[in-house]
Amino acid sequence: MVIKLALPKGRLLRKTASLLQKADWRLDEYHSDMGFYRPCSERYPNVLIRVFHEKDIPVQIAAGNYDLGICCLDWIEELMAKYPRSGLVKVKDLFYGEGCLYVASASDVSDIIRDGSPVRIAGEYPNLAESYALRNRLSRFSIFPLWGAAEVYPPENADMVLLSARNEIELAEAGMAPLSCELEFGACLIAHKNSLESKKLDKVIGSICDGLPETRDKKPAAAVMRKFSVRTLGSARDNKDLVRLALPDGHQQPPTIEFLNKAGIRLNGYPSTTGNRRPEINIDGVAVKVVRPQDMPLQVANGNFDLAITGRDWLTEHLCQFPSSPVRELLDLKFSRVRLVAVVSRELSVEDAAGLSRYLVGNGSSLRVASEYVNLADRYARENHLGHYRVIPTWGATEAFLPDDADLLIENTETGRTIARHNLKIIDTLFVSTACLIGNKAVVSDSPKGKRIQTLVKRMRNALGDD
Amino acid sequence: MKPQRCKGMRDLLPADMAAFRIIEGICRRCFLKWGYQEVRTPTIEYLHLFTSAGTLTPAMLGKVYSFLDWDGWSGERVVLRPDGTIPVARLYTENMEKDGLARLFYTANIFMFEEVGERPRERWQSGAELIGSDSKAADVELIALSTEILEKLGVKDVELRLSHAGIIKILLEKLGLGAGDAESLTGIGRDNPEYEKILKPLLDLKGKPSDFLKNQRALLVKNMPDIAPCLDDFLQAVELLDLLGCRYQIDIVSGAGFEYYTGVIFQLYTGDEKIGGGGRYDDLIPSMGGGNVPACGFALYCDRLLKLVNPDLLKPPESPGILVRPRQSSNESIKAAYELAGNLREAGYITEIDLGIKVSTDYRWVIEVKQDTVFEVRDNLKSRKYDFTTVVDFIKLLEANGGD
Repeated sequence: MVIKLALPKGRLLRKTASLLQKADWRLDEYHSDMGFYRPCSERYPNVLIRVFHEKDIPVQIAAGNYDLGICCLDWIEELMAKYPRSGLVKVKDLFYGEGCLYVASASDVSDIIRDGSPVRIAGEYPNLAESYALRNRLSRFSIFPLWGAAEVYPPENADMVLLSARNEIELAEAGMAPLSCELEFGACLIAHKNSLESKKLDKVIGSICDGLPETRDKKPAAAVMRKFSVRTLGSARDNKDLVRLALPDGHQQPPTIEFLNKAGIRLNGYPSTTGNRRPEINIDGVAVKVVRPQDMPLQVANGNFDLAITGRDWLTEHLCQFPSSPVRELLDLKFSRVRLVAVVSRELSVEDAAGLSRYLVGNGSSLRVASEYVNLADRYARENHLGHYRVIPTWGATEAFLPDDADLLIENTETGRTIARHNLKIIDTLFVSTACLIGNKAVVSDSPKGKRIQTLVKRMRNALGDD
Repeated sequence: MKPQRCKGMRDLLPADMAAFRIIEGICRRCFLKWGYQEVRTPTIEYLHLFTSAGTLTPAMLGKVYSFLDWDGWSGERVVLRPDGTIPVARLYTENMEKDGLARLFYTANIFMFEEVGERPRERWQSGAELIGSDSKAADVELIALSTEILEKLGVKDVELRLSHAGIIKILLEKLGLGAGDAESLTGIGRDNPEYEKILKPLLDLKGKPSDFLKNQRALLVKNMPDIAPCLDDFLQAVELLDLLGCRYQIDIVSGAGFEYYTGVIFQLYTGDEKIGGGGRYDDLIPSMGGGNVPACGFALYCDRLLKLVNPDLLKPPESPGILVRPRQSSNESIKAAYELAGNLREAGYITEIDLGIKVSTDYRWVIEVKQDTVFEVRDNLKSRKYDFTTVVDFIKLLEANGGD
């Protein structure tokens, strides 16, 4: 009988690998984030191991796709907040990867609650943020789900954030005060209820427990509520004429800075070596923040940023979800070129979307589409008449889902090499994505701010040399 | 065939709909006679309408169908209406506040995610809201109206249970419980040292008439002086009901779940099944930014009444009476058949055109178009045939034979 185990990449990888090494699992390739998603254990050859983004693991366990998994309690609680009756069971605290989930603010929140406008709560935990808001009876609130960089949003772009931090000092360094500590978390071994009841998991669970340190003084991770007094750190909603520009973090930084330099725009501290997400810019009346490109279209739509450099893939994803959004592509910046493609296993004798549709009709089964681009994937399945389908949202490492945990991927690819390496094939190209400058069509163009925006766009257009 | 219906959703088949329309019709006629006007609110509302303190409890809000619609980039969620009263209060606040007193009613579906068992996730209710009066007469009017409807529907063994939100609130405070714990008041209360002193006398009120309530008042007010205004408010309503000869039970802990109630709460049961309920909600409209407008209301749960309504009211649907059968080959004949059928429908008879599928003995009267103006009719009940040329002749024949 095969036991299926989901292991995390990212923040827990190193310590999880050392735990399994101590337990003598003798894994062949679980030691780096280099895209090895299928490690094998010499000691437990009947355990099928897949490596996922940590956030995907509770979903995989709850859905019953995997028997066991390791991830932190914050992502478990995020799932349970929305689906309390899922089949996920916590088996054992593993005593590493500890952190704390805080609701934090950099302004006096009571002012915002009083003035009647919605309280803006941003963070990577939208379900927990919603239950926080309901529990604390915030009558009007907006939840902005984020892919990351939550700490840079307050006070201008969010009134509160729900984010994980090691402690309150770390929060203070980011200029924030905690409103409450929602959860103290650490890594957990989790299982699906049915697997725990009916499968022989004792050897695997036992060996993972054997790898743990013998005694542990620290109390186990558990939901703890603490209340803090609100400190005033600044005013949230001022300076209406300031132009707010969002620049991407991650691997888009070098081509972005190269382009901005060509436009005569100089930045101090971008890319940052110290994790600073507020670089200085040589233009008056413009403020810059460095955020995730995935989060930019929504943030431009709701007026948190006026201009942003992101990818057309994320803009299109946003417009698929919100067709009435006021976000528009202002300039094609032409760098960071990728293709958005539909991918299936190489074993599948299907060559295009129509073939996939025919295959499904013949097969009579429903289709699992895994993607980071949930709305693009949904549109693709709908427009290609893929019948009874289900979209599985992922947070990266999507290649690992084929062929066991999904049938079709909607992915981006630069060269196609990663796809080929995982024994997958491209059956369709949705569109080509490049970096682009996006803006909000609702900004009044003859306001002082509108004029400043136009000047900035013009400088960038000139740098492209195509006006 | 594999079921395709969404979990928790229900189909209403022709017989269900016939019963549903009878229930809705009786509710509607009663509401109209008592001076209530019908309104209809949208299925989708903003989530924030239901989240303010004093509307729905967090536990109930955890079960609403909420989502980001196409305008959802603002981050604000919308919901499929999880409650009937709050949207009507919003409608009043937005459109009718200048009119002062309003008697409004509705029949609407509400949506609530139920995970346990076979409980439906879409429910239908017929409700009335009396907005703009703080008089006890208004509370009593709603109780009388709701029991009148149930009587007209022929629902047997209806039990009216009365409670008071103000009393519940004070009890919860004394016991150090939150508003969300109201549903488990009985269970939690027993371990509490205050139980004997505070809760027990009130729990003992169950089923006792107003005289007993008056006697208990003297005891309770000594321990909890702040409960006096609530008890007096409750007593006023109860005495009015006594005056009208209305039968009720007092059951303080029964009123729970909805945070928006502020005064008398009433619930209607047959056996263990709750079939309706309502109460006073004086703080709801102010909390929505409306004026200081007191209000009360109730709703009857139509889908639970479907199986409780007097079967005599549910006559089987009229069997299709008249079938008109043109000669399919002749356009003139089809035209004549349509004209005849049209005239019969105008005269109030259910008339179908033959599509060559149904067996003609399902109908009492089967009319063949012989020539353009000559019809032959067969009376299947009496197995006789007649000829006629005008619709007037045929209607005479129908009337002479006891209609269709």
